[in-house]
Amino acid sequence: MADKIATREAYGNALAEFGSDSRIVVFDADLSKSTKTDNFRKKYPERFFNMGIAEGNMMATAAGMASCGKVVFASTFAMFAAGRAFEQIRNSICYPKLNVKIGATHAGLSVGEDGASHQAIEDIAIMRAIPNMTVISPADAVETKYAVKAAIEHEGPVYLRLGRLNVPVIYDESSYKFEIGKGIVLSEGNDAAIIATGLMVSAALEAKELLQQEGISARVIDIHTIKPIDADIIVKAARETGAIVTAEEHNIIGGLGSAVAEVLSENYPVPLVRVGVQDKFGKSGKPDILLQMYGLTAADIVKSTKAALKKKSDR
Amino acid sequence: MKKPEIKDLQKYAVKVRKHIIDEVYSAASGHPGGSLSCTEILTVLYFAEMRVNTKQPLWEDRDRFVLSKGHCTPALYAVLAEKGFFPKEDLLTFRKADSYLEGHPSMRYVPGVDMSTGSLGQGISAAVGMAMAGKLDKKDYRIYALLGDGELQEGEVWEAFMAAAHYKLDNLTAFLDHNGLQIDGRITDVMSPEPVADKFKAFGWNVLKTDGHDIEKILDSIRQAKDYKGKPTVIIAETVKGKGVSYMENQAGWHGSAPNKEQRDQAMAELDKVLAELEVE
Repeated sequence: MADKIATREAYGNALAEFGSDSRIVVFDADLSKSTKTDNFRKKYPERFFNMGIAEGNMMATAAGMASCGKVVFASTFAMFAAGRAFEQIRNSICYPKLNVKIGATHAGLSVGEDGASHQAIEDIAIMRAIPNMTVISPADAVETKYAVKAAIEHEGPVYLRLGRLNVPVIYDESSYKFEIGKGIVLSEGNDAAIIATGLMVSAALEAKELLQQEGISARVIDIHTIKPIDADIIVKAARETGAIVTAEEHNIIGGLGSAVAEVLSENYPVPLVRVGVQDKFGKSGKPDILLQMYGLTAADIVKSTKAALKKKSDR
Repeated sequence: MKKPEIKDLQKYAVKVRKHIIDEVYSAASGHPGGSLSCTEILTVLYFAEMRVNTKQPLWEDRDRFVLSKGHCTPALYAVLAEKGFFPKEDLLTFRKADSYLEGHPSMRYVPGVDMSTGSLGQGISAAVGMAMAGKLDKKDYRIYALLGDGELQEGEVWEAFMAAAHYKLDNLTAFLDHNGLQIDGRITDVMSPEPVADKFKAFGWNVLKTDGHDIEKILDSIRQAKDYKGKPTVIIAETVKGKGVSYMENQAGWHGSAPNKEQRDQAMAELDKVLAELEVE
């Protein structure tokens, strides 16, 4: 069994690791122990600011600070970043294209026991609709680390979607390369392609193994950058496999599935099945149980891949 | 720069008012009422107080100004153009599709604009962030922000006020353009933010009051704000919405509507008369 680390933990560690750059400033909204920005605070207290439980103000304050040459990481739960502070992100950060990186942790159902009010399942949809915004949803700790590094180097706003739950480390750091907007083919296959993001990438890898046992060869693609989306890797997968499954811990409306559907329908339409939250609110419970209840497991991806293959053969 | 005489500043203020009328008239839209009420404040800031460089609008040690009541671009653009950030002729392109002079200020398009604003409540937060950056970098630049009194109804303003006091941002001075009117009428009828001075004090700010159309008093308030250590200062400027144009004064209806040709000509005649009097004296 691979090591398990939450992407929020990797985020906090990455901020501490790359934090020697004096342009970097970290803001939090009274959640620094949970978002793990506290890891940065311990090392660079003079560049850490707690902005209190006031997310809207935090985002616009981050914009003002970024206008003075800082690279500001503003962190809170995804719900309160993309939800509560949407308009500050849109008008004060994205419109002037300021260097604010939004570290949005506790995204998706895997928040667990806190329940629906804290489980953002709309944030990808909201954030990717804003011009100038880059949306990144890392799959594991290694990808998170390099996503943070890329966000620091990128000129302009970035939304980093991170999770609370410990998830398997799927990448080997020595050979890993992160490039904004470039998906990663994790495993070749030609019957169907599973395009996943966030914690669903490791579920997709499990699904691939299960499908293999039934003689189905599935390609697995990690789309860590949802915007700008890697259209080339998606169209290539559509051409070469003819059946696509998307998998995300997000509403099927507006997230990765929608982004992939947009690329396919404009370029190379093939059957598509979307694994994700089926347009309903989450609830309290243990993360693993919730992922099962809401159809976000490897078994669900297997089922959807078979459905996509059937659509392909029915054409 | 040698500080201009009070009378020069008064003349600038009239010129700014004339530009405001022309901008809004040529655009056939825009916000004259609140622009006319903050004219002296902006004139004093840009012509007597702020350290800016028109040749280098993004100079990192400059003082910064955030128009939190972002709809008052006619006043801001007029002052920036008079100051020399961009040609005065461009003012007549205000709000037009082929112009860079957006209806609400954009820091990406307009030289001299330090923050994109327009959605009320956000500008003061951005100003807080700038002041925090100044403290962090141990720079001596100062941050100014201008809020509308209707804007105080936005909860974010109070989040920003709380943060500014918490971080002891004495390099930040906010002006309140206290003209008492908003789109739907008197602020006290729509949703009263009063008593504003008590609220600001309770939020930990140094509170000053001034006549927002008296240039000497505005200058004096800014001097006091600069001398005050340990707290941010808010200057409550008592103003008249539509100031300087008889038929616009104290009329909420002129918040966001443009004069017709006849009204424009009347406004110009009134302002030209004031300017002529200032020239003679």
